Amino acid sequence: MMFPEIGHFALMLALMFALALAVVPLLGYVRHNAILLASAKPLTYVMTALTGLSFVILAVAFAQDDFSVLYVSQHSNSLLPIWYKLSAVWGGHEGSLLLWVTILVAWASAVAYKSDSLPNSTGPVVLGVLGIVATGFLSFILFTSSPFIRVLPDQPMDGVDLNPLLQDIGLIVHPPMLYMGYVGFSVAFAFAIAALITGNLNASWARWARPWTNVSWAFLTLGIALGSWWAYYELGWGGWWFWDPVENASLMPWLAGTALVHSLAVTEKRGVFKSWTVLLAIFTFSLSLLGTFLVRSGVLTSVHAFAADPTRGVFILALLVIIIGSSLLLYAVRAQAVKSSASFGLSGRESWLLINNILLTVLTLTVLLGTLYPLIFDAFGLGKISVGAPYFNAVFGPIALLLIVFMGIGPVAKWHRTQGKLLWRKAWLSALLSVVLAALVFTFHEFDALMWASFAIALWLVLMCVRDYWDKVRTARQSMWQRARQLPRSYYGMQLAHIGVAVTLIGVIFVSMNSTETIVRMAPGDRVNVGNYEFEFTGTRHVEGPNYSADMAVINVYQADQLVTQMLPQKRLYKARQQMMTEAALHPGFTRDLYVSLGEPLADDAWGVRIYIKSFVRWIWLGAILMTIGGLVAAWDKRYRRKTGA
Amino acid sequence: MHPVRKKRMITIGVILVLLSAAIGLVMFALSQNINLFYSPTQIAKGEAPQQVTIRAGGMVVDGSVERQSETLDVAFAVTDYQHQLRIEYRGILPDLFREGQGIVAQGKLDQRGVLIASEVLAKHDEEYMPPEVTEALEQSKQASAQP
Repeated sequence: MMFPEIGHFALMLALMFALALAVVPLLGYVRHNAILLASAKPLTYVMTALTGLSFVILAVAFAQDDFSVLYVSQHSNSLLPIWYKLSAVWGGHEGSLLLWVTILVAWASAVAYKSDSLPNSTGPVVLGVLGIVATGFLSFILFTSSPFIRVLPDQPMDGVDLNPLLQDIGLIVHPPMLYMGYVGFSVAFAFAIAALITGNLNASWARWARPWTNVSWAFLTLGIALGSWWAYYELGWGGWWFWDPVENASLMPWLAGTALVHSLAVTEKRGVFKSWTVLLAIFTFSLSLLGTFLVRSGVLTSVHAFAADPTRGVFILALLVIIIGSSLLLYAVRAQAVKSSASFGLSGRESWLLINNILLTVLTLTVLLGTLYPLIFDAFGLGKISVGAPYFNAVFGPIALLLIVFMGIGPVAKWHRTQGKLLWRKAWLSALLSVVLAALVFTFHEFDALMWASFAIALWLVLMCVRDYWDKVRTARQSMWQRARQLPRSYYGMQLAHIGVAVTLIGVIFVSMNSTETIVRMAPGDRVNVGNYEFEFTGTRHVEGPNYSADMAVINVYQADQLVTQMLPQKRLYKARQQMMTEAALHPGFTRDLYVSLGEPLADDAWGVRIYIKSFVRWIWLGAILMTIGGLVAAWDKRYRRKTGA
Repeated sequence: MHPVRKKRMITIGVILVLLSAAIGLVMFALSQNINLFYSPTQIAKGEAPQQVTIRAGGMVVDGSVERQSETLDVAFAVTDYQHQLRIEYRGILPDLFREGQGIVAQGKLDQRGVLIASEVLAKHDEEYMPPEVTEALEQSKQASAQP
């Protein structure tokens, strides 16, 4: 079969078209040549089709067990179920980069498709910038990490199998969602660079960039939540966030992206913060690139790091430096051209959003510092260190809480100028209620000042959202229903996302405060009480899966002598890799999860068993889903459908 | 003062206050929460402090893993092929923990020179080796090459 060669060739052609896209439209802009400018759209479409073709061919190679392809033989196995074979396409370094680029060109095509309503030459310049990024990453794949390399003539009989940890539904969808977000910020970045090049940065620029940024942000939120959910049940120790460098790598663009979403709003509505917004767009995408670098180069100790290859690290670092360096240089030279003309009042919503931006930027920098500190330390020869989770908790917590306090105020503040009296009138009841309600809840629980304050802040945010909505729908002239329908979708999106933050925060508070964790040795017949539940270990039995064999424990769970559920955690041995895997058993609930996972077999048929009761842990991801929906709803606001120039 | 200038001063003031508070917090948290890595050789030479949280790692020595039958206590030795370090841990070891595998443990050294681990990390890709361990092994290889 010639398919892999065709895939490789398609990728080379895609690089040629990306290169043309990187050069021709920009040349057309400089020369004022309409024909060269008009080439941007077809070039984008062809580049996308070719990259998509090579992606499909790789997927086909996986589906057909073509182990003559090195990448397939390293990440698949004939016994692997078909859906894992397909998701194994992005189970390793080469394929996940191909996914990265495929999503990048898909975004570029979406921009091309929508670009007719853009003013004159902006569309082609935006596409040209995306072409530059695509060129960089396509050549990275072709020169250092092609997934189409063959092992001929001695092709292996069977593949090494996909890493068992990745054989899971969470990992089928996590990388595509995450990359949709990561890479989606390239669109905002391209708009920012185009604005710097053309010097044309008005309100319609921000209106154009906003929906793209919102959608990317929504995908990134979902991607991060999926990763956290996966880590929770698949790593077998029940944590939902580890401050692992790679998690941080996805959190940093999210924080910067959140700031960008808000500063774009100010730029669109009020025409201020222009140069800051442009800088932020550059930073957000740079952090996405940095994240890719950290994950792909293996410079940091992480659960995600693939076996390191120095050439790849150097190549992608060079790419990073070139893209970030040249954009910042362009910014330094051209930022004067996009200076804000309008001014803003100190008490207006602009200022509250400025505080939002400062705090989010500070959060991003603290995470960045904590993540890179081991590298800095090592570079100065001071020794090998790791920065532990306590650092991040100590720094991130207080700043994030402060930010959430301001989240309650921002939406009720008026543009330009907010009277103190108005703020007081809107806020006093919520402030009082949140403090009192939180105190009431804590009469049922051991008092902890930080937790109490966090909970009060979460309530404050919810109450302020409700209050703001109430004030907006309650008008004399119309019925509440009519009024509610008239509010713009972007408003509903904002409210949903903000409430999502409160929901996640409540989840985080309760899971850290109210959870019970026990690790015990259990022999058949042993019973143990955890929280209000009694767990009975009845023994283990042997089960066979398609590509693994496992010991499965049968654990009966009782509450007040009533059988609640039977939990079946497994300890699997994946045959192809001879790798052990813990498969936790979950009994999910709205207010608590029961979580059981097996440790090691001990003497006398006994096992080490982890038994956790996780309070409100679902809320963490529920909040993230609300944020995702909020981001999407806001992006579909009618305002963005209008043609520019209105 | 001119109103525009006044506004700018207030804005900058707020930014400075927030930034310095954040920097203070970061410096404090960093000083409390960084953990240095030591190789078994460094620990054998007494370079590592006692009763301070550190990281140590190496290859798990074949046949060194001892389990208690009644509790979840486990002890094992790691080596950089120069010296060995005994590590004691209570709890469940990660799936990829195996004899001959590179691991990193976090914990405190006691008077006996044993690392009482609070966390044992084995990575999730078999080919993957913690960079600290790789470097420690290379250093010990160099040290043995030039006696």
